[in-house]
Amino acid sequence: MSGFLARRLGQSLVLLVLVSMVGFAILHLAPGGPMSQFASGSDMTQEDLDRIAEQLGLNRPLPVQYAEWFWRMLQGDWGRSYRDGEAVLNVIGSHLGATLQLMLTATLLAIIIGVVIGTLGAIRRHSIFDTLATVGAMIALSIPTFWFGLVAIYVFSVWLDWLPSGNRFTPGDGSPLDLLRHLILPAMVLALVETAIWSRFMRSSMLDVVNQDYIRTARAKGVPEARILLRHAFRNAALPMITVLGLQLPTLLGGALVTETVFTWPGMGRLFLDSISYRDYPVVMGILMFSATLVLLGSLLADLLHAVADPRIRLG
Amino acid sequence: MSGAPILDVRNLSVRFRTEGGDVPAVSDLSFTLDRGETLAVVGESGSGKSVTSLALMRLLPKDSAVTVTGQALLEGRDLLAIPEPEMRKLRGGAISMVFQEPMTSLNPTTPVGAQVAEAVQLHRDLDRRAAREEAARLLDLVGIPAARQRMDDYPHHLSGGMRQRVMIAMALSCDPGVLIADEPTTALDVTIQAQILDLLKRLQERTGMAVVFITHNLGVVAEIADRVLVMYGGRAVEQAPLRPLFSRPLMPYTAGLLRSVPRMELAGRRAGPLPAIPGNVPDPRHMPPGCVFHPRCAHHQPGRCDAAAPVLEAADEAREVRCLRWRELAA
Repeated sequence: MSGFLARRLGQSLVLLVLVSMVGFAILHLAPGGPMSQFASGSDMTQEDLDRIAEQLGLNRPLPVQYAEWFWRMLQGDWGRSYRDGEAVLNVIGSHLGATLQLMLTATLLAIIIGVVIGTLGAIRRHSIFDTLATVGAMIALSIPTFWFGLVAIYVFSVWLDWLPSGNRFTPGDGSPLDLLRHLILPAMVLALVETAIWSRFMRSSMLDVVNQDYIRTARAKGVPEARILLRHAFRNAALPMITVLGLQLPTLLGGALVTETVFTWPGMGRLFLDSISYRDYPVVMGILMFSATLVLLGSLLADLLHAVADPRIRLG
Repeated sequence: MSGAPILDVRNLSVRFRTEGGDVPAVSDLSFTLDRGETLAVVGESGSGKSVTSLALMRLLPKDSAVTVTGQALLEGRDLLAIPEPEMRKLRGGAISMVFQEPMTSLNPTTPVGAQVAEAVQLHRDLDRRAAREEAARLLDLVGIPAARQRMDDYPHHLSGGMRQRVMIAMALSCDPGVLIADEPTTALDVTIQAQILDLLKRLQERTGMAVVFITHNLGVVAEIADRVLVMYGGRAVEQAPLRPLFSRPLMPYTAGLLRSVPRMELAGRRAGPLPAIPGNVPDPRHMPPGCVFHPRCAHHQPGRCDAAAPVLEAADEAREVRCLRWRELAA
């Protein structure tokens, strides 16, 4: 077990270094850059620009810049945003809360509804309910999120005028009720797609399990049908869902770029998008490292949870 | 054996509706089982043995594609007609079943002790602790060494033979009157097979339960059965007490099955290869006309065996046979 952990953590560290190299290189190779941002729209002289480049280290060779960034990051100094001079970790921290709030709500909704729909669909396979759920999931998965978002805004904000169309709270208000009203639309839109994914996974996993010999054994010993589903089938069918959850963890914190943009939700997804268009290198690299770490931790966590939940799996 | 049979199956038929047409898996099968008796049901793969047992347990898929007709009276109650809640109480209680595949028949995420205890608690009025005690006793009874310590083991910790013992413990947990054992030893090593057969015999002597033992292995039949029902193409073709059947089979199919068993005492002295029955079991969608066995039968008479379907008739007070020519062949 500890050998497994050490090996996986070691692999993860190597991967993180590789991700940082590739990310750094692509970011700097992209046309434009912070210097052209500074140059445009202001009355800076070439001297000013040179001084800024020298200050930020942008005039040095790329490998040197990378080494410097990497070394500082190891010491906990992730740099400062080019936009407002705020420390990168603080910038990430101030957007994390909004993303967590939105994503946890959406994911919890999606898991509960998706697992119920998937389970019912598997039990009553080819019923009207199952067919509707299948068609609904296909629609939810194939229509782009931004369109759903815009339709939701049009219906619930513009037309019915029930809910706000964006932001996390009304300036000057910020009561729990106000927060909740702002949360409903983006969480609903996000949960829609995720529910579709969860219900499909759960349905196929459940179908796998209900045809297993041990379900027949449970029937043969007289276990009531409801208990067969809850005690015997559900537990075995839910095991693969742990892996799905582990893979969802990074999106949980990485934010939903599109949804956050449509609903002007001040989360990680929007921060990432804004930082890229501003060529805010330190923030982009910070978010990149942050989400890469989450991806690796998520899959490690899924493996560990799987080993806890499934007695057949021994990590080693 | 005296008194009414504990299980009386009358005219059981099972049909599956498939895209390729109706498939009669079991046709008009009748047999009885006395208390404490072991009836071996023998036949090749596809002869309808397992479908029969699943039909008796009402474990066939409950959809419009499966039609089960006939009666199966367990101590007077028709297993095929009683409402599902009542059937559920009987399942694992008065009639229980051991399956062929010990490797996949236990729930992989539940300790074996809990799986046995669940069966106990479902049918007997015991609290959790008492049910667990009882499960430990049962696991010990079926010969699991250090049963108490193995209670919390998961199925994957146990070998195939041990898992089958757990299945048997589960099936016996409520003293069933009838145990259906569907090829319980087929998936096991030969030495383990012998142990499991011994165990079943020992438990049967102890509890007095009746056993329907489904197998295609005639060696096992000789070992365990009181009476034998030979099935072919979903039909009963011969039914007789063990000794007369083995010494003087009436139906050519039974005779063929017996001849195709390898025998130690003949080793090296037999001329030519082990005799086998030529051909394959018929495709149930295209049953041959007349006697279903005639295309493979060495004694079939053209114009007779392929024209009229033989009925199951009494050969003497204890035997039944389905063959147009059994009298001539026996003479």
